[in-house]
This record gives sequence, structure tokens and C-alpha cells, in this order.
Amino acid sequence: MLALDLFNSWIFVLLLMVGFYAVIARDNLVKKLMGLSIFQSAVFLLFITMGTVTGGTAPIVLGDDWGAVFSNPLPQVLILTAIVVGISTLALGLAIVVRIKESYGRISDIDAPERDRRL
Amino acid sequence: MNLEPHLPALQVVVPLLTAPLVVLLRDARLAWWAALAASAMNFAVAVAITGQVLDGAVVRYDMGGWAAPLGIELRVDALSTILLLVVSGASTLALLGGRASLLEQVGEARQPLFMAAWLLALAGLVGILVSGDAFNIFVFMEISSLATYILVAGGPDRRALPATFKYLVAGTVGATFYLIGVGMVFMMTGTLNIADMELRLATVGDTNIVYVAAGFITIGLALKAAIFPLHAWMPNAYTWAPHVVTAFIAACATKVALYVLLRMDFFVFQKNLVDHELQFAFVLMPLAAMGILFGSIAAVFEPNLKRILAFSSLAQIGYILLGASLVTVAGFNASVLHLFNHALAKGALFLAVVCLGLRYRHLDLADLQGAGRHMPWTLTAFALAGLSLIGVPGTAGFVSKWALIIAALERGALGVALVVLIVVSSLLAVVYVARIVERLWFGEPPGENPAVSEAPWPTLAVTWLAVGANFWFGLNASLPGELAQRAGEAFLRHLP
Amino acid sequence: MTSLLTVFLLVLALITALGVVRARNLFAAVMLMGIFSLLMAAVFLLLDAPDVALTEAAVGAGISTVLLLSAMALTAEEELAGGIHPTPALAVVLVTAAVIFYGMFEKPLVGDPEAPVNTHLAPQFFELTREQMEIPNVVTAVLASFRGYDTLGEVIVVLTAAIGVLFLIGPDAPQGSRAPSGGNLAGGGLKHHQPLRIVGKIAIPFILLFAFYVQYHGEYSPGGGFQAGALLAAGIILFGLLEGREAAAAVIPTRVLKAMAAGGALVFGGVGVVTLLMGGQFLEYRVLLDHPVSAQQLGIVVIEVGVGVTVSGVLLLIYHAFAARGRG
Repeated sequence: MLALDLFNSWIFVLLLMVGFYAVIARDNLVKKLMGLSIFQSAVFLLFITMGTVTGGTAPIVLGDDWGAVFSNPLPQVLILTAIVVGISTLALGLAIVVRIKESYGRISDIDAPERDRRL
Repeated sequence: MNLEPHLPALQVVVPLLTAPLVVLLRDARLAWWAALAASAMNFAVAVAITGQVLDGAVVRYDMGGWAAPLGIELRVDALSTILLLVVSGASTLALLGGRASLLEQVGEARQPLFMAAWLLALAGLVGILVSGDAFNIFVFMEISSLATYILVAGGPDRRALPATFKYLVAGTVGATFYLIGVGMVFMMTGTLNIADMELRLATVGDTNIVYVAAGFITIGLALKAAIFPLHAWMPNAYTWAPHVVTAFIAACATKVALYVLLRMDFFVFQKNLVDHELQFAFVLMPLAAMGILFGSIAAVFEPNLKRILAFSSLAQIGYILLGASLVTVAGFNASVLHLFNHALAKGALFLAVVCLGLRYRHLDLADLQGAGRHMPWTLTAFALAGLSLIGVPGTAGFVSKWALIIAALERGALGVALVVLIVVSSLLAVVYVARIVERLWFGEPPGENPAVSEAPWPTLAVTWLAVGANFWFGLNASLPGELAQRAGEAFLRHLP
Repeated sequence: MTSLLTVFLLVLALITALGVVRARNLFAAVMLMGIFSLLMAAVFLLLDAPDVALTEAAVGAGISTVLLLSAMALTAEEELAGGIHPTPALAVVLVTAAVIFYGMFEKPLVGDPEAPVNTHLAPQFFELTREQMEIPNVVTAVLASFRGYDTLGEVIVVLTAAIGVLFLIGPDAPQGSRAPSGGNLAGGGLKHHQPLRIVGKIAIPFILLFAFYVQYHGEYSPGGGFQAGALLAAGIILFGLLEGREAAAAVIPTRVLKAMAAGGALVFGGVGVVTLLMGGQFLEYRVLLDHPVSAQQLGIVVIEVGVGVTVSGVLLLIYHAFAARGRG
């Protein structure tokens, strides 16, 4: 039982690792942004998991039964906000990538020494 | 009606809601006026709140009428106030003096969007400063970060784009680390309110996870604050941003991240974690020392004016962190004071860069040789602000460096070593400032000599105003001193 | 407690995530990202978070897939080999993971009703929602009222993204070289695929209808302004994919979209200003009407409309900006 109870934390950590690795080790800028998305999804999982209550239901009261067992609404609200933040960051990041492609002709290896006029 | 109780809300809401209006504007001039008006009002509100805080109050506000910890609380104390003044002041001055430069560097058609982004960056930063809720801080951190990326990407050189991308990745990773830490604390306490967190953490038996949370929060914010060695995004972002943007964010963005770091580490964790100060003694203090040395040395060898100042910022962030990592009231005082004074010095220096940027396309020292002959007022302003950066007596920079030295000396042998470090790096600052001034005054102009004239008077006047502030607060440090002292008192109440 | 189905879905999600990182073909990676989001949405549903699930499905699987595809049409489809050496990255990642394990070990996350996170504030949210708002969806209550200020911030974040995208690749932004590929899926449309068009055209009215249901039913069932806005945008984007961007732009012109994006945020903020003028705190809805329960409900409905309008406006603006880029 313990192993199963900890399962979500395991996946949280593993997803975090996968996403973070892609952010650091991938050279392609679109790939980096995908890595960021996975990285953030891991955090969503952390929050949603901590608010779940055994035997509970979604925090929507059905049939005026306010006494039932509900999962915690607060982490869900936080994650709704975080998802929105994530898509906003992705959109802005992609717009920058498009401009990088237009000005450099590539979307990886952007650290290569440039023939730009010195500073 | 009486708006006084609503000041903390107005502090954020005015720029936050002016921004969507500015988006709808089509006229560049109108957008600038709207942004300037909102920013100036922001500064006025900050001054009014400072008055309340100086009267001894912690200004509180319950958003939506829900009392904390159920709802989101705004909470303004001396530590927040001093930065509110810095942020809103820097924004207003940069806008006031930066119109010509922004038109030239960003272009007229995109001014409304750019001004909206500016207001959002401002709203995000002040939103962080007045918030008493850890998750709300995350939300406003994202507003300010996204808006700042836009501002940096507005730079005319194509190298602004990769710089922005790196800034975006670093900023997002930093914010996500912060969110993980907040999530762990939330898991153990069930609350997001900062004051409530501190209270409830005291009852948490198993503190392993709280240590981990503190680590994540500290690292995430260190990334956003460009603390050595997590500063890789910073020099390029500062260099390739439009000059006016650099003047604004160099004075504010990293400092607000540092503020959150201090707020969380000292006002939430300090009391509840045994040996928490070891984090400062063994990790942050060495990093601060290395950052001071590395930044100063890199600044000495850099060929580009803006990069010199960016590396100097790295060193100055080190000073601020150094004071805090002494974990004494005197150290904290010095740290807060230096947050304020360094913003004054760096803001003034970058405003002088704005002046130069209006007349020179490239800002390598080699390109700028002899600029002083054509722009004596600009160069004089630069040299005087440089004195404050070095910490010459009579300037604001001296006040906080002196406070830092006194605080370090409380720590015996270690303190003496730190004082040596501060003196050495100040000497390095003398070298890099002198190098700039020498080449810009006395260097031979490169190639054909363009007909360069003095910067236009609005920009120049604002630059001199900022330089004047460096001397005003150097000779009469009672306002920042008083606020720093109150911040120190609050700090004392949160020691274990 | 974790059900076996959750375990299964999470393992699949992890494998998909690995696939995203490994795929050299970016098109494949985008598709895997979409699947990953759908799997996460299913997990959230199983973890009693239908609101989050709906959002993750609409945003992660829908909108972000379209954005990634549009961006890819403007950049490149293949990831070049080589680049950064993986060892330091692996080291950083492993240390991070080890630290988390140190902290979280033997802390069952799932299910404990006595955990502080579930006892401190959650009961009060239910109690106050029952007393003062009388709406069944407590997520909406917390989102729109208790933490309405966060939600205002969230709307502003979305608006900021639109400002940024327009600033960077909008009509007034510096024009770069033309896009390399001719097959701009997002811009050109799938006009020559009859079956897709027919299926799509049948689906679109339902998507839009569902969007309005989600908007106005958000107090009773999962949903609200954000989800509705994302769905509305998704419906129109689908129309654009089928019929070409110009056709979608004809449905709602860009000028209107801009007004929507800014207007929704202003409606939300305006509610705050009105409550302030009526003697309450900022966003204190209960002062809006004499009857506090109705006042709370009124406030929630109005700000949710603001959220929906801004979100749909912003997402469509972003879509148009990407789709129109590089086509002059």
C-alpha cells in the first residue's frame, strides 16, 4: 500500500527530472520549451495529488449534500492559475523562437560565436 | 471618499488596469503620457504608504474582504516600502527621460504595446512587494517576468532575442522552483499566507521537507536574482535590452527577487528551522563573496560599457547578499540600505548610458572614445554616479558600504576577511569606473569623427536628478536609514 | 489512495514525456506532447479535479498543440543532432531529484483527510461558500471570490502573453525572412480534405455551444470563464484550420479580438473598482447588492465573463499572429 501511496510522488519526481533534463540538455529551443511544459506539469501533479482525499469526490456539491467528503478545492484553484501561466509562457517563448529563426536562420546552437559586429 | 485605507490595493491596481487601456491606444505619444501618469501616480502612492509605515504601522489590506489566511492579504512593512520607492521611482524617472531613446530603439508603431508591457512589469513588481501571500507572489512574479521579457526583446540588435530566450528559460525554471518550495510548505501547513506559514510551521514535527522547501525557494529566487553562479542570463539581457529598459530593470528586477528571498528565508523559515543560518554561512556567504570578486574582475576586463555595468551589478548583488548572510540585525540593515543605494547609483549610471545611446550606436569603449568632449554634461553625470557606485564618502554608495563594513566587523576574524574583500572589490570598482571615464574623456575618437552633440535636455535633466539623489541620500540618509532600521527591527522579531 | 488506473495512466504519461525528449522529429514530439496533456488531464479527473482536467485538456492538448504546430511551420521540423553534452545536465537533474526524495520520502501524498493541507482552510471554504454564496462548485467560489485577486492576476498574465506575441510577431513587428515551408498548416487551412471539413464543421457548433454552457454553468459544474474562453477559441481555431486563417479572421476581426482581450480584463478590474467605490474592499462582491448572497453570485458571474472574454480574445490573437506570420 505504501508503495502505491507514494506512487504519485515518484511520478512527480520522474516527470520533473525528464522535463528539467530537456530544458538543460536539449539544444533545440522548441524542445527546451516542451521540456519546460513537462517540468511544470510535474508540479501540477504535486499540487493536485496533495489535495485529494480518500473516499472524497470532486469539490462540487451535488444535491445540496454539503456534508459529503470532498477533495480540497484550493490546490485545484492554484493549478488552474499555474496552467494559464504555463500556456502564456509557452506562447511568448514560441514567439521569441520564431523571431530567432528569422534573424539567425536556426533555432539551435544560438550560443555559437556570431559574426555580428563586435558589441 | 477616503482612499487612504485602499492605498496598498491602489498601488497595484492603477498600473495593472492602465495597461489594458494602453493596449487599445494607437498613438505613441498618448501611450507614453498614460504610462508616465500611471507610473507617477504609483510613486505618489508609494510615498503615501511610506508615510503610513513611518508612523509605525504595518499597512494591511484584505483583498475581496476575506480575512487572511482565507483570502489574499496585502501587507506593507518597512522592507517592502523601501523597495516600493525604488521600483516606482525608477520606473517614473526612466519613462520621463526615456521617451526619445525608446522611440528610436523600439520604433513608433509598437509603442502602445511596449508601454503596456512596461506598466505590467511595474504592476508585477509592486504586486510582489505589497503581497503577503506566497502564491500571489508567484502570480505577480510571472506578470512582471513575462512583461520584462517583452521589454528586453524590444532591443534593436538581433542578439536581444537569444538573450531574452535565456532569460525566459531561467526565469521560468526559477519561478517553478519557487512554486515547488511553496507547494511543499503548503502541503505541510495548509496555508499560503506568509505570516500564517511562519506560525504554522512551528507545529510541523518532521522538518526534512521544510528544509527541502527552503532550498527550492532559495535556489529558484537566486536564479531570478542573478546570484553568482546562477547569473548566466543576466549580462546579455542587460546589454541587449533597450537602454531605457536596462535603466529600469537593473535598478529593480533582480532586487525584487532578492526581496522575496529575504522575505521567505528570514520571515518564514528562520524561526522554524534549526541551524537555518548555516545555509547562509556555508552557502550564500561564499557565493556572495565569489560573486563580488568575479563580477568586479569581469567588469575590469569587459570591452562593452553596458556589460561592464551588468557585471558590476553582479558584484553589487553580492554585497546585498553578503550583508543578509551575516544573519545579524546590523547586517540586515546594511543589506536593505544597499538595496536602496545601489539602485540609486546603478539607475543614474544607466540613465547616463541612455544619454550616450542617443548619440552613439555602439557602446564599446572603443566606439565611445572621446565622447566626453562632445557630451561633457553626460560624462560628468556618469563620473559622479560612478563615485557613488565605488562608495566615495558623501555619496549614497558610501553610506551602505560603511554600514556593511561595520556589520561585518561584528563577526571577528571572519569579519576582517570580509572587510578586506569589500575594500579589494571597491578598489576594482575604482579601476573599472576610472577606465571608462579615462577613455571617454581622454581617448582619441575612432576613425572619422561624427558630429556628436550633447544629449537632449529631458534625458539629461532626469539623469542629473538621479545623480543628485545619490548625493542627497549620501549626505542625508535619514529616510532610507529609518526604513532600514525598522526593517531590521522586524527582522529581529523573526529570529529564533 | 491511488487507483490502478491512475498508476497506469501516470506510467503512460511518463513514457510519453520520455518520448517527447527523445524524438528528433519535432512534429512527433508535438503530437506526443498533446497525448501527454490528455493523459495528465485524465489523471486529474481521477484525482477529483474535473476543473483542472478540463483546462489541461483544452489548453495542453488543444491550444498548445496548435501553437507548437504554428511555430514549427515557421521554424523547423527536425531537431539537429549534437549540441549540449548531457552529463552535467544529468548531474543537476539527479541531484535535484535526490533532494526531493530526501524531503518527501515516506510522506504519502494521496488521500489523508487529516493532512494539514486538508484541515486548515478547506473546511472553511465549504462553510463560507454554503453560507455566503450558495453555489455548488467550490472551486469556482475559491477561484472567483476568495482568491479573486489571483485570478485577476491570471487574466493579466494571459493578456501579457498576447501583448508579447503581438509585440514580437504581430503586424507591426519587424518582418523577418519568409517562412521556409509552404505547408503552413495553421495559416493555409485544410481546404482540400473534404472528409475532415465535413466532420469539423459538424463538430464546431457543438464546441461553441459547449463553450457557452461551460461559461454559464461554471458555478454548478466544472468549468468557468477560463475553460469557456479556451473552448471558444479552440472552436474558432478549428474553423481556421479547416477553412484558412482569413476565414477565421472574418468571423471575429483582429480589432475586435484586441478589444476583447483588453476589455475582459477591464471588466474584471472594473468590478473591483466598483466594489471599492461602494465602500467595500477591492473585489469585495458582497457590497454590490443589498442581498450579500446574490451580490457574491453577481460578482462571480460578471468576473467570469471578463475572464472568458479576455481568454478567448487572447488565444485567438495569438493564433492569428502565428498563422499570419511569414505570409506578408
